[in-house]
Amino acid sequence: MAAVSLKDVRKSYTSDLQVIHGVSMEIKDGEFIVILGPSGCGKSTLLRMVAGLETITGGEIVIGGRVVNNLEPKDRDIAMVFQNYALYPHMSVYDNMAYGLRIRGLAKVEIDTRVQKAAEILELKKFLGRKPREMSGGQRQRVAMGRAIVREPQVFLFDEPLSNLDAKLRVQMRGELQALHRRLGTTSLFVTHDQVEAMTLAQRMIVMNAGRAEQIGAPLEVYARPATTFVAGFIGSPPMNLIPKEGRLLGIRPEHLEPCAESEAMLTVAVDLIEPLGADTIVYGHITGDPDGKPDGDGSSARVAARLPANAVAQAGKLALRYDPANVHWYDPQSGKRIEQ
Amino acid sequence: MEKRVVFRSAWLPYALVAPQLAITIVFFFWPAFQAAWFSFQLQDAFGLKTEFVGLRNFAELFNDPHYLKSFKITALFSVLVAVIGIAVSLLLATMADRVLRGALAYKTLLIWPYAVAPAVAAVLWAFLFAPSVGIITFALKQIGVEWNYVLQGDQAMALVVIASVWKQISYNFLFFLAWLQSVPKSLIEAAAIDGAGPMRRFWTVVFPLLAPTTFFLLVVNMVYAFFETFGVIDATTQGGPAGATQILVYKVYHDGFKSQDLGGSSAQSVVLMIIVIALTVIQFRFVERKVHY
Repeated sequence: MAAVSLKDVRKSYTSDLQVIHGVSMEIKDGEFIVILGPSGCGKSTLLRMVAGLETITGGEIVIGGRVVNNLEPKDRDIAMVFQNYALYPHMSVYDNMAYGLRIRGLAKVEIDTRVQKAAEILELKKFLGRKPREMSGGQRQRVAMGRAIVREPQVFLFDEPLSNLDAKLRVQMRGELQALHRRLGTTSLFVTHDQVEAMTLAQRMIVMNAGRAEQIGAPLEVYARPATTFVAGFIGSPPMNLIPKEGRLLGIRPEHLEPCAESEAMLTVAVDLIEPLGADTIVYGHITGDPDGKPDGDGSSARVAARLPANAVAQAGKLALRYDPANVHWYDPQSGKRIEQ
Repeated sequence: MEKRVVFRSAWLPYALVAPQLAITIVFFFWPAFQAAWFSFQLQDAFGLKTEFVGLRNFAELFNDPHYLKSFKITALFSVLVAVIGIAVSLLLATMADRVLRGALAYKTLLIWPYAVAPAVAAVLWAFLFAPSVGIITFALKQIGVEWNYVLQGDQAMALVVIASVWKQISYNFLFFLAWLQSVPKSLIEAAAIDGAGPMRRFWTVVFPLLAPTTFFLLVVNMVYAFFETFGVIDATTQGGPAGATQILVYKVYHDGFKSQDLGGSSAQSVVLMIIVIALTVIQFRFVERKVHY
């Protein structure tokens, strides 16, 4: 186990094609970090740079006090779980897990102990003789994790490991991953585009966009105080409403809007779409104007989503909404940065 | 889901396959049966009298030291052609797989030899290695190798092997390259993280995935060496010197057309037919099954 630090890490393929624009972060020993972002934001590239599968153009990556910039992947003492599992198809589950240990020249007994232990943890004992093709997606995923565990590395790297699983299995594997991390306490970096995975797994997360770290922080902190409009719009489902007001952007989460009498409305919305989800109902609409009836120039077409209790009667037409000013966020429309009150 | 076309008419499907069947029967089955029939017969030197002799042609064949020698030569020749051909093309394919710049040109050039007719390829190599005027002969002389494939049996063998391998490399190369490109990159990366160096990665991860292809190519190359190298041999050594490069298929031709021993030659081709049937069965049995995915 080890601490990892990224110091102004940069990656460019050619002089005018830069994909990582300087990411810095100190990861504590044993921390579970999620790198979250949309496709093409550079999150996988960043992870692969830590793994040593991509060269580092600028900055430094330090694992356990060692600068690893010029080390081969095998010398970095990391293990990686790939999105497509990358199991060796011609080897049995046992051999898949033992492969790395054999290369490192461990004694047969030691290899067997480690593989058996990992198989125990991951409930793979009865599959050890099988080939990957004879297993389901979830089982393969577990073998991939087993292959990482047996190595007892300083850092685990996960590259969207759950995205090939169906929804139900994903929830289950998420739980298993959490349990595994509690049990082993190995520093982990986990890349995903799924905000639910990020929120539930991360101790801290990095939200990335276009090769930059938009915000680094604990999930709830990121949710409660998004640092930029990108983070505000990326996290939360539906995401935060951003309404132009007085030359700034007013951010309000859908669940912080509540229906009210027309006289006390702070927002009036023309309803476009109603999605009853059972537990609550999400109403989408656009702003029609100021509560006092005056047309609001720049905000007249802003779209709004509101998460209302299921018993709130939602119907087409106009909907009066109010919010607690304490829940409001302000952003600068040009830079997208948060304006502290 | 399999989609089947159902014909209401009873004769239409037969009519549709009839041309194909006719071609197969006239050009494949008929000659094959003819050969099988001839193999039981003996003709006199002038072709005036034909006599049914049963298995005597075969008995003579397997008691003929020349035929047994030809068998050994064929075995040696085909193993050399298949093994060298596969090894070299695998090497070329792994290198081509790593090339990023100009990959297309490189790959295209590697495929060209396949378009050259066997006889032309052979003449090309025969010129390069010609005892008196060959460039390579000259180079070999400089380093002290006395080269004359017309007189030296093993040199003649080397020449036909080189020419045959050179022809076949493109074919093997294409298969290997296609398979190499289908090996997921993440597998290699996983092996790199597991600590395997490039050589180890190749032999423990990539090569096992290529194993079915390699086996397939082994059979195809054997068949190639057995039957399709006739042109190469006829254009260079014509089976010589002293039968040193007389592989089975060349002996069939030599005994049948040059020595006019139609019965013996037919018996040889029946033996060859059995060999090719066996090879095909092996190919289908094992290659189809031994695929990893």
